[in-house]
Amino acid sequence: MADATHFEGAHGPKPRRTFSRRNIFLYGTLIMVALYYLLPLYVMLMTSLKGMPEIRVGNIFAPPVEITFEPWVKAWAEACTGLNCDGLSRGFWNSVRITVPSVIVSIAIASVNGYALANWRFKGADVFFTILIFGAFIPYQVMLYPIVILLREMGLYGTLWGLVLVHSVFGMPILTLLFRNYFTSLPEELFKAARVDGAGFWGIYFRIMLPMSLPIFVVAMILQVTGIWNDFLFGVVYTKPEYYPMTVQLNNIVNSVQGVKEYNVNMAATILTGLVPLTIYFVSGRLFVRGIAAGAVKG
Amino acid sequence: MTDATQHSVEIKNLDLSFGAVQVLKNLELNIHEGEFLVLLGSSGCGKSTLLNCIAGLLDVTGGQIWIKGKNVTWAEPSDRGIGMVFQSYALYPQMTVEGNMSFGLKNAKIPKDEIRQRVDRAAEVLQIEPLLKRKPSALSGGQRQRVAIGRALVRDVDVFLFDEPLSNLDAKLRADLRVELKQLHHRLENTMIYVTHDQVEAMTLADRIAIMKDGLIQQLAAPDEIYSRPANLYVADFIGSPSMNLIKGQVADGRFTTDGLSVPLGGYEFSREAKGEAWFGIRPEHIVLGDAAASADTSLTITAEVVDPLGSDTLVLTTLAGTRFWIRLDGQTKIKAGDSLTIGINAADASLFDTGDEERL
Repeated sequence: MADATHFEGAHGPKPRRTFSRRNIFLYGTLIMVALYYLLPLYVMLMTSLKGMPEIRVGNIFAPPVEITFEPWVKAWAEACTGLNCDGLSRGFWNSVRITVPSVIVSIAIASVNGYALANWRFKGADVFFTILIFGAFIPYQVMLYPIVILLREMGLYGTLWGLVLVHSVFGMPILTLLFRNYFTSLPEELFKAARVDGAGFWGIYFRIMLPMSLPIFVVAMILQVTGIWNDFLFGVVYTKPEYYPMTVQLNNIVNSVQGVKEYNVNMAATILTGLVPLTIYFVSGRLFVRGIAAGAVKG
Repeated sequence: MTDATQHSVEIKNLDLSFGAVQVLKNLELNIHEGEFLVLLGSSGCGKSTLLNCIAGLLDVTGGQIWIKGKNVTWAEPSDRGIGMVFQSYALYPQMTVEGNMSFGLKNAKIPKDEIRQRVDRAAEVLQIEPLLKRKPSALSGGQRQRVAIGRALVRDVDVFLFDEPLSNLDAKLRADLRVELKQLHHRLENTMIYVTHDQVEAMTLADRIAIMKDGLIQQLAAPDEIYSRPANLYVADFIGSPSMNLIKGQVADGRFTTDGLSVPLGGYEFSREAKGEAWFGIRPEHIVLGDAAASADTSLTITAEVVDPLGSDTLVLTTLAGTRFWIRLDGQTKIKAGDSLTIGINAADASLFDTGDEERL
């Protein structure tokens, strides 16, 4: 190989040093920042695995001398919130019962909205869309009390379904925008071809558009699951204690003023509550990025 | 009313506006049964818009559209008896070739056996049988466009609409598919309406060409008529590459005169009386040389400024009466920039246009 060609000076790939100034600076900064953001999680995890006597010693960065899962069990099944002493499990199931229908209903409606706005231009479509988008910028606090009255009149106040309704409505502006932009980015000729082929409104939606839209549905699902799961305000305002979502219960456990502060239980409860959005990110993170990018670039 | 059996598609007083912008203006067009009509024009002239109106994908603002003697102005695209082929193929990406071709038939609730038959027949005509189980993403551009044509074919329609179907293909494939389209038309004898901005496609495929500009049809005629007797200055300039040489001058006493050029118009067939200022147009390929130049209506000597050898032809640029003047010579001609050349112009090959309304004289 070497004897075949004899080049003078630079040839072939440019040599790069692993420990160049540029690399040290770049990766050094990235590692520092990553550590900074991971530190709280580390402290939480370590604390949750310690017993109370060990925590009182004060070394919050030290790994547990004696690993115990007692705080996790207590957080899940025994911690007291108000009158109930069955831990976070009740809140977890409440949150599931709120999140699942809210996500399904809001995505189903918003995707059809977006599809109609993108492909079936009707009279007043622009006005409708503007109003919908405007809705995204009204602060929640303004609507908090009127919605209490509305739900009361509808007989839904304090029920799970009332909260599902509120979440579905509030998810509508941003989701409709998301779907409309995605459907607009699909080639218009595809829609025209389907019309010439005799497919109607629903035929085109289910047979042509839906199969092409998996990435944007994943994006919408992630946004909604994390948004609704992490919601605290609506949960505490529109439901009764027996239907409190996990976030509200977590607050009640952590902020309870009676007895000793059980830091390990609090930490375990917090991690448990954050586990669902975290899992969603890890499982569908790649699809999420692809969906966001797909909306931006014309196919 | 005109005889419905003779006209496959009739467009009557068609108007289309988007808000304040009038895209099609009072457009009249009759297309014969089995005719291959090409709508030709530069982008933004309304040709694709007209096609979309015929397909029913755009609601018209005024006027009527008749297909096969039926008023379809308000009909759904699928009820008009049309098949459409798009520039971007518009194949459904999640369906196989077979699924793409049978989608319309399934929507029309046609029995399974017949769908099979029709898809197989269309696949045979277009030679895409081995591709039936593939997805569009596994096909080349030419194969995709064939499938798109097949999707229109299976619908057994009266009228085919093509919206720049070859524009996304490379030059060689475009030429191949163009010939195939022509053969397909001969075999099927359906009415075809074909939108393009490519004049080669228009000239080779069309029975008649409609040249459009600003939502109006400038000339509707057979290709040779459009080429040799353009109806106005726009058409003359649009058709041909390089385009017609146009020189401004005076028409008086049966002669066209301008600086350095005087042509007796004895051989010219006037469509209307002409006097005063006019455009004199002559195609680069209609300029004669040698013995023919000596016996032409007028002959003159020019100096070649630029020589473009294209292989089959050689193009020579010179300046005549203050304007650029192209001459097309045989590819074998040996000539280089700076050489002098004696050329002849015959009035019978020329076109004269009024400088006012730009119509043919």
